[in-house]
Amino acid sequence: MIEQKTRKLNDDTRVAISMAAPALTGLFLFVVLPFALALVLSFTNLRLGSPLPIQFWGFEQYRRIWLDPSFRQALLNNALFALVVVPIQTTLALGLALLLNRPLKGMAVFRTLFFMPVVFPMALVSVIWTIIYAPGADGMMNAFLKFMTLGFWQPRDFLHDPALALPALMLLSIWQGVGFQMVIVLAGLQSIPISLYEAARVDGSDRWNQFRYITLPQLRNTLIFVVLVTTILSFRLFDSVRIMTNGGPGDATTTVMNEAIKAAFDQQKMAKGSAITVTFFLIVLVITLLQRLLVQEERTIE
Amino acid sequence: MNDLNSTQWMSKQSNQQWFRKIASYLLLTFIAFLFIAPILFMIVGSLKPDELVLSQASTLKAFIPQQTSLQNYRDVFERVKFERFFFNSLFINSTIVLLGLIVNSLAGYAFARLRWRGRSLLLLIVIALMILPFEAIAVPLFFQFTFLGLRNTYTAQIVPFIANAFSIYLFYTFFADLPKELEEAARVDGASPFQTFVEIIVPVSKPVFATVAILTFLSEWRSFLWALMITIDEKVRPLPLAIATFQTLPPIQWGDIMSFGVMMVAPILVVFLLFQKWFVKGVASTGTKG
Repeated sequence: MIEQKTRKLNDDTRVAISMAAPALTGLFLFVVLPFALALVLSFTNLRLGSPLPIQFWGFEQYRRIWLDPSFRQALLNNALFALVVVPIQTTLALGLALLLNRPLKGMAVFRTLFFMPVVFPMALVSVIWTIIYAPGADGMMNAFLKFMTLGFWQPRDFLHDPALALPALMLLSIWQGVGFQMVIVLAGLQSIPISLYEAARVDGSDRWNQFRYITLPQLRNTLIFVVLVTTILSFRLFDSVRIMTNGGPGDATTTVMNEAIKAAFDQQKMAKGSAITVTFFLIVLVITLLQRLLVQEERTIE
Repeated sequence: MNDLNSTQWMSKQSNQQWFRKIASYLLLTFIAFLFIAPILFMIVGSLKPDELVLSQASTLKAFIPQQTSLQNYRDVFERVKFERFFFNSLFINSTIVLLGLIVNSLAGYAFARLRWRGRSLLLLIVIALMILPFEAIAVPLFFQFTFLGLRNTYTAQIVPFIANAFSIYLFYTFFADLPKELEEAARVDGASPFQTFVEIIVPVSKPVFATVAILTFLSEWRSFLWALMITIDEKVRPLPLAIATFQTLPPIQWGDIMSFGVMMVAPILVVFLLFQKWFVKGVASTGTKG
């Protein structure tokens, strides 16, 4: 009996490993290995096509990128981007989800319309919005802002204006991304037990109090997730930067990823690109851990 | 309120509700317009002569078709090999989705339903890998494939993306929640785990396969960064990179760019409208499972 059991276990091990092997091999070769490679390369001076022999440089690359004004500006831009986009996009997603989460006819149609930009590739969105941001009074965004400000808006060249280029990228990111967050919040709203609201109504609590004391606390984990994902997306920003502004004017819209690709791909500086990559990963890691910590703490306080 | 008798109060109440409803719909319609305005601008513009696209962008006429023709679409095919880019994207993405479904579901099953040594540790590693965005490995991966002499190939655009930690995790959680009795009969009858998986588990797991297929397709159809680094010429260039290069190809004509955009997004938009329920479920699942 015992013998039979062990044999069965062994059989499972063999089959299980053969079933998991293709995926695990793929993850090892194309996720774990490259990441380890990035770590190793970041401590060298590797530059493709360089006649110099490869050398161990210690933390020299990290010291250099930290002193690089473009990289510092990139970090600042990513942080600014997150600081503006995360609260706006989360609030909008919550607002839209609340608007749609009512027993009115046609809500499914509106949901479809709000979600539609999500299926658009960022490259296409960037190309179309470049046209929308066309300079001069004939540009669509300029005309729209003139209409909204009752004629006070003076035409600007959004993508070549140091003050407006980053906000311009923020706006299209929100447009493209809010539907995704909205669907997640909507799912969160629909998982709140109706009995909670019924009980509150019996107790005579009004809509605001229901929102404040039922909806928000029940949505806490969903909202924390949405904030986490949007923050990380803000640090991954690349496609629209590359296509619309190429980091300019000056370094006004450069991002961490834009600096990494500039170094590794445009200038063949693999070591520098790797060091930026590792830094980028550390940022993502810190955001993730910070968020986890926040959730934990709030739970223990309860 | 005290001065009103009950019928007056009731009608005031229902009037208020009615106003609220109308206000909601007006607000929703206005927001919906803001959301689809860029899309509408693109579709309408793709059907207009270029001069009109330019001159009407600042007016509401930008959203009204005028002098419609397919000339811009013909221009795109004359100026670039659109069909080539389209085939590249379709081929690369379908292969990733198909092979990904097989490879990741098998791994998910092994993690969820089989007992084997090293299971917990490997599962922990897979979950940890989920927080690693592609951007964090793009540079060394570029070095790897350049080193292997695989730049400008389909292989470089397909193989690294088949195995996916998040897909494995989605399969794992779905399979783990299935009732144990499902496979017991089959196992007693002497079926191998592989047979059991194919014949018993797969048929009842359509939702998770649909979710993973859609999320994979959605994220790969937009892949721009990797294509930018790894492709050199038009032979294996996918659509997102192709439209970015087309945008800068002189003479710059908005109408042509918009036609390119419509043709690029049309298939995924149709798939989205047909399988909307799955899209929404798939996206919502990233929130509850992630």
